[in-house]
Amino acid sequence: MKNLIDLEKKINSELTTKINKTKIKHNQIYIEIDKEDLIDVLLFVKTNKDAKFRQLIDITVVDYPEELQRFKIVYLLLSHEFNQRMILSYFINEKEVISSITSIFPSANWMEREVFDMYGVNFKDHPDLRRILTDYGFEGHPLRKDFPLTGHIEARYSEEQKKVINEPVKLEQNYRNFDYESPWEGTKYIKEQVNTDDKKN
Amino acid sequence: MTKKIKNLNLNFGPQHPAAHGVLRLILELDGEVIEKADPHIGLLHRGTEKLIENKTYMQAVPYFDRLDYVAPMNQEHAFALAIEKILGIDVPIRAQYIRVMFCEIGRILSHILNVTTQALDVGALTPSLWGFEERETLMTFYERASGSRLHANYFRAGGVHQDLPVGLERDISKFCETFPKVIDDLENLLTDNRIFKQRNVDIGIVTKEDALDYSFSGVMIRGSGIPWDLRKSQPYDCYDQLEFKIPVGKNGDCYDRYLCRIEEMKESVFIIKQCLAKMEKGPIKTFDGKISPPSKKEIKQSMEALIHHFKLFTEGYRVPEDEIYTAVEAPKGEFGVYLISDGSSKPYKCKIRAPGFSHLQSMDYLIKGHMLADVPAVLGSLDIVFGEVDR
Repeated sequence: MKNLIDLEKKINSELTTKINKTKIKHNQIYIEIDKEDLIDVLLFVKTNKDAKFRQLIDITVVDYPEELQRFKIVYLLLSHEFNQRMILSYFINEKEVISSITSIFPSANWMEREVFDMYGVNFKDHPDLRRILTDYGFEGHPLRKDFPLTGHIEARYSEEQKKVINEPVKLEQNYRNFDYESPWEGTKYIKEQVNTDDKKN
Repeated sequence: MTKKIKNLNLNFGPQHPAAHGVLRLILELDGEVIEKADPHIGLLHRGTEKLIENKTYMQAVPYFDRLDYVAPMNQEHAFALAIEKILGIDVPIRAQYIRVMFCEIGRILSHILNVTTQALDVGALTPSLWGFEERETLMTFYERASGSRLHANYFRAGGVHQDLPVGLERDISKFCETFPKVIDDLENLLTDNRIFKQRNVDIGIVTKEDALDYSFSGVMIRGSGIPWDLRKSQPYDCYDQLEFKIPVGKNGDCYDRYLCRIEEMKESVFIIKQCLAKMEKGPIKTFDGKISPPSKKEIKQSMEALIHHFKLFTEGYRVPEDEIYTAVEAPKGEFGVYLISDGSSKPYKCKIRAPGFSHLQSMDYLIKGHMLADVPAVLGSLDIVFGEVDR
C-alpha cells in the first residue's frame, strides 16, 4: 500500500482477530499481536502484495521486570517496495518459549541468538541456539534490568597459574548512581508526598 | 583397503591480520574447499547497550563513536536523529550541513579503509599506504571540528557541539580538489589489476533474493543490484536538498562491491562540495535552553543560563515517553537505533542495529564451496568492523 493508513486498514481487515492494536507514529506502523499469531502475521506481511515487508531489520526485547508479562519482543521490519517500516511486538512471561522465525527470515538466526544470550528468552525450532556475544562459559543474561551494570565476574591474568582466571568483581570504589533528578518535580520522595496529598484532598 | 578421510577444522583468527579485528572463524575444510564457516563473535563485546541505559542522553553519545570506529560521526547521527524525532525539535540548517558533511567524510574514511585493506588482503600493499595518508588528513578535519581524531562526540540532539573553526571549510574544500586524484590513483592500481580481479571477480556472489533474506543493507545490497539507499529513500537532515547518485552493482560479487565503494567516495566528495557551497553562517544548535547547553559567555551573564548549564550536565534533558526506530545510511549499511524513552533523562532501552552483524552472519552462506584463500577477500568485501558487530 502506498500509504500507512491504507496499510493499517488492510492489515486490520485481513487479520482481524490476530491484531490487538495498531498505531501510526513517526511515519512507522506499530502493531501489537499475540504470541501465537506471530508466524501467521509475519508470513502475511512478508508475502502479501500490498505489504511486502521483505526484510527483517532486527529482533530485540524490552525488559519490564515489574510486569507479569515481563518481556516485550519486538520485530523491526522494512518494506523496500513501499518504503515503509513496521514495528511488531508482543508480550511474554519470563519462562515462555517462543517460536523461531528462521524459516521465514534466515537472518533471524543470529538475532534470536542475541536475544537468547542477552535476555534468556528461549526459541522453539531454532537451528543453533547458542550464546553469541558473551564469553564462552558466561552465566546470566546481561541486558535484563536486574543484571548489575558491573557484572558478576572479572577476568585477569594470574602470574601464579600462568593463565587467565575469572574472579568475582572487586571494585576499589562501588559504582555510584546519583539521583540528579530535579527536586522540584522528579525525586521519589516528592512524588510520593504529592500522591498522598492528592489522596487526602 | 579404504582410507578414512576426515574434514579438517581450521581456526581462523582471532589474531589473524585478515580477520579485520577480533573474529574467530571456525572453518571446516574438505581439502582446500570450505564446507562450513562458523564465525564466533563477541570478543569485543563491551555491553554498549547496557551502558547507555545507565547514562543520560548526552553521556551516551561517545559510546556511538566506539561502535564503528572508522566512521564515528555516522553513528552519532542516528542517535541524535532518534532523540530529535521524539522531542520534535528542528535542527538549524547550518548544523544539518555540518552533520551531513562530516557523515560524508566518515563515509570516505570508512571506504578508504575498506578498499585499501581489501587490496592488502589479496596482496597489494601500496593502496593502503596511499589511502591512509588521506585518512590522516580527514581525521585532522575531525580533530579540528571536535577535538579528537576518532572519538569525536560532536553531534548533539538539536545540532552539533560547536561551530567549525576558522579556515576548516577552506581546507576541506581544498581536500575536495585533490582527493579525486587519489581515488584515480587507487583505481589505476586496482580496478584493472589482473591479480585483484582474479581474486575478487565472481567471488562471494549475492543474489537479489538472498540480499533481502539475509537483511543486507548498504553496499552489500547495492552491489547486488538493488538501488536502495536511505539517504535517497528516507532522507534525513538536508539530504533531500543535495544532488548525488547511487552507484549500483550488477553481479553482486566482491569486485562489484569494490567498484560501488569507489564510486560512492566520488559521490561523497561531490556532496561535501555542495554542503560547503550551501552552508551559510548561522546557529549550529537549537536555541532551546532545556536541550542545548548555553555558551560560556551566556553563563557569565545570565542566571537562567547558569541553571540550564548545571541541570543539563547533572540531570540531563528529559525525553518524553516514546518508542522509535531511526536509521541512517552509514558507510557499512543501515545503522539503526531503536530507542525507548520513559520520560526520564536516561534511555530505558537503546537497541543498536549494526549492519555488520547481519553481514557477518551470512559468512557461512557466502563462503561455502569457495577456497580457503577466498576467505579474506569475502571478509574484506563484507566491510566488517568489530566495534559495531560486537557492540
